[in-house]
Amino acid sequence: MPVTVASEWLNSCSGCEISLVDLGERLLDVLNLVEFVHIPVLLDHKYFGQTGEKDHLDIPEADVGIISGGIRNEEHAEIAAHMRSRCKVIIALGTCATHGGIPALANGFPVSELLDRCFSTETTDENPRTFEPPVPRLLEVCSALDEHIAVDVYLPGCPPHPDQLFTALSALLEGKAPDLPTKSVCDTCPTVREGKGKLKTLRRFLQNPFYHSPDEPLDKMRCLLEQGFLCMGPVTRAGCGGDVKTPRCLAARVPCRGCYGPVRHDGNPLLDMLNALASNGIDVKSLPEFPSLLRFAGAHRLLRPTRPRKES
Amino acid sequence: MSRVIHIQPITRIEGHASIQIQLDDAGEVRDARVNILSLRGFEKFIEGKPAEEVPRIVNRICGICPWMHHLASNKAVDRCFGVTPPPAAQKLRELMQTIAHAEDKLLHFFFLAAADFVIGPDADYSVRNVIGIAKAHPELAQKVVQMRHRAKMILERFAGKAIHPIAGVVGGFSKPMLEEERRDILAQMGELLDFALFTLEFAKTKVFPPYLETIQSLGVIRTGFIGTVDETGALNLYDGRIRLMKPDGTFTEFDVQDYADYLGEHVEPYSYAKMPYAKVWNEGFSLDETNPKGIYRANTLARINVADRIPTPRAQAELEEFREKFGRPAQATLLYHWARLIEEVYACEHAMELLKDPEICDPRVRAEVEPKAGRGVGSVEAPRGTLIHDYSTDDNGLITRANLIVGTTHNIAPMNLSVKQAAKSIIHKGTVDQGLLNRVEMAVRAYDP
Repeated sequence: MPVTVASEWLNSCSGCEISLVDLGERLLDVLNLVEFVHIPVLLDHKYFGQTGEKDHLDIPEADVGIISGGIRNEEHAEIAAHMRSRCKVIIALGTCATHGGIPALANGFPVSELLDRCFSTETTDENPRTFEPPVPRLLEVCSALDEHIAVDVYLPGCPPHPDQLFTALSALLEGKAPDLPTKSVCDTCPTVREGKGKLKTLRRFLQNPFYHSPDEPLDKMRCLLEQGFLCMGPVTRAGCGGDVKTPRCLAARVPCRGCYGPVRHDGNPLLDMLNALASNGIDVKSLPEFPSLLRFAGAHRLLRPTRPRKES
Repeated sequence: MSRVIHIQPITRIEGHASIQIQLDDAGEVRDARVNILSLRGFEKFIEGKPAEEVPRIVNRICGICPWMHHLASNKAVDRCFGVTPPPAAQKLRELMQTIAHAEDKLLHFFFLAAADFVIGPDADYSVRNVIGIAKAHPELAQKVVQMRHRAKMILERFAGKAIHPIAGVVGGFSKPMLEEERRDILAQMGELLDFALFTLEFAKTKVFPPYLETIQSLGVIRTGFIGTVDETGALNLYDGRIRLMKPDGTFTEFDVQDYADYLGEHVEPYSYAKMPYAKVWNEGFSLDETNPKGIYRANTLARINVADRIPTPRAQAELEEFREKFGRPAQATLLYHWARLIEEVYACEHAMELLKDPEICDPRVRAEVEPKAGRGVGSVEAPRGTLIHDYSTDDNGLITRANLIVGTTHNIAPMNLSVKQAAKSIIHKGTVDQGLLNRVEMAVRAYDP
């Protein structure tokens, strides 16, 4: 009997769902093993019955519930709670669901400022900035899923690599807990660390890193952090490279920004990175600003509104 | 007895939306609207961030078209910092964008839209989907999955990340292309072109013919159109001037730096998405379906309507056949699907043109950059429409202000009109079933929101 799956996307961009589609031909194998009972991006199952005739939210029961996106508004919170009540296992898919992701950068501002700016841009007509049902009210903060409901399996990544999704789904379909990397991006990065040098400050990524020729393999290029670029590899969970393992941003010779969330699930990338830099004698004031170190992990109350600092 | 029918959520689209259909006492449709239910606030929360980091933040606006946001953003930051990327970098950016277009259209047509035609608009929801197509037509499904995946893997192998890309950088591109990569990708795009031609032929002979009457009636409205053209008036997805066409086919053109003089954004309390309209027409904004004001449409049908021609041979031949049949500008909403497949052919042909140019392998891919105060507007044609990113920076190159007009939003007002038209024409005496309601949704799906 196929495993039944219900899937929802909350404060999300659909990148996680597209990463599932990027399983390629493996997708067809997965589709033979599971039965989707609810997944708005692919299936026309409706919340309140097929003609809207029911007076309550009704997602079918399922063995596995997959939820991407964090929780930003009242509708997200309601759907997450309903999914929890209908699914035996809940998977938090992607970094928005596990740690807030990019949309949790909004937590650096009060929600009133968010609404004020979005509905007063230079091209926007005068309007009262008030909304009526069914437009859901925004909550004060953008949260990760486990701030609202219990989560059984965390699959971070922005998006999670298809290879990793396939491995995790295959394990779950066999009733096993998926075996996910617990190392850091640096542990899977082939670039050369010389461990020496007198780096005191970091540079912004305004020029490409140094390497000898366009076809020079990555395992001959020096570590980007050692080249003086901020790279979040030391504090970021590995896995983005999928079966190839090479971190994906590094494969394009671009530094990591932390899209798989902290190495430890409850880590704080901002503090961990500042500590790592300071203990190596690097002046953290050479960074242009700090909230970006929480670019993917602003939920769990790690990122909060700050008063604008005076330039010193 | 008056009541409201609520279709929630709209399915097989990218995003969070619902439809409310208001029936009067006689069960006739009084009004219908589309609710856009999500707001994340990118226009606010990129403030204070280093501008060179923003192209790898705003790509998260959309997981289906992250390359479009990534590149419009890179163009805006280039302009803030006053830098012009080297020719090879511009070609690499355009190549990535063009391949992303090719992938996107296959995704939308086969995974999201086709079930309404191939399985049928009234079929049960359990089979009216891509899984149903895979069961009914396993060989076709395998080919579709293969070809779409191939386009996606070209992006991942060359540019590191296919979803939420990072390889576009202020001043250029993060890495050059090697000669063997060029040859390999060129060969793969040749196969994708063959598949694009097959898909269009398949659609014209097998998918659309039983629905020609539906295509000419469902969700049909009369609006203007917007899209990007090159200096000769030909279709261009990556760069050029913005052409804004009135419903009668007359048009004006503008540089995207001046977009705020031409476009406004209207706000309704039932949608978080703003509704762009043609402010420059000086007629205001109205969703009255008998006399809409300021309304234009974006996305595939709009682009092939505003362009005088398509600058690649196979797609141009298809455009001529399309215009012969449906005129210019074509107004029937479901023709968006047909136009999408013509653009698919163009995207494959154009990617091959870019790859045949040896300059794309020039190792100089990034210009020198200094952060500074400035203002820059960057735009590209995203699959869903003209995408505009407008930033200001301070002396340290941090973002002080951002305004975004996202492709899909151009079509929010038209979607409301199309849904109203569809609901009024097919719902009578209060009778609805899931098939009828799905037809109303088809009027939304055509816009690929």
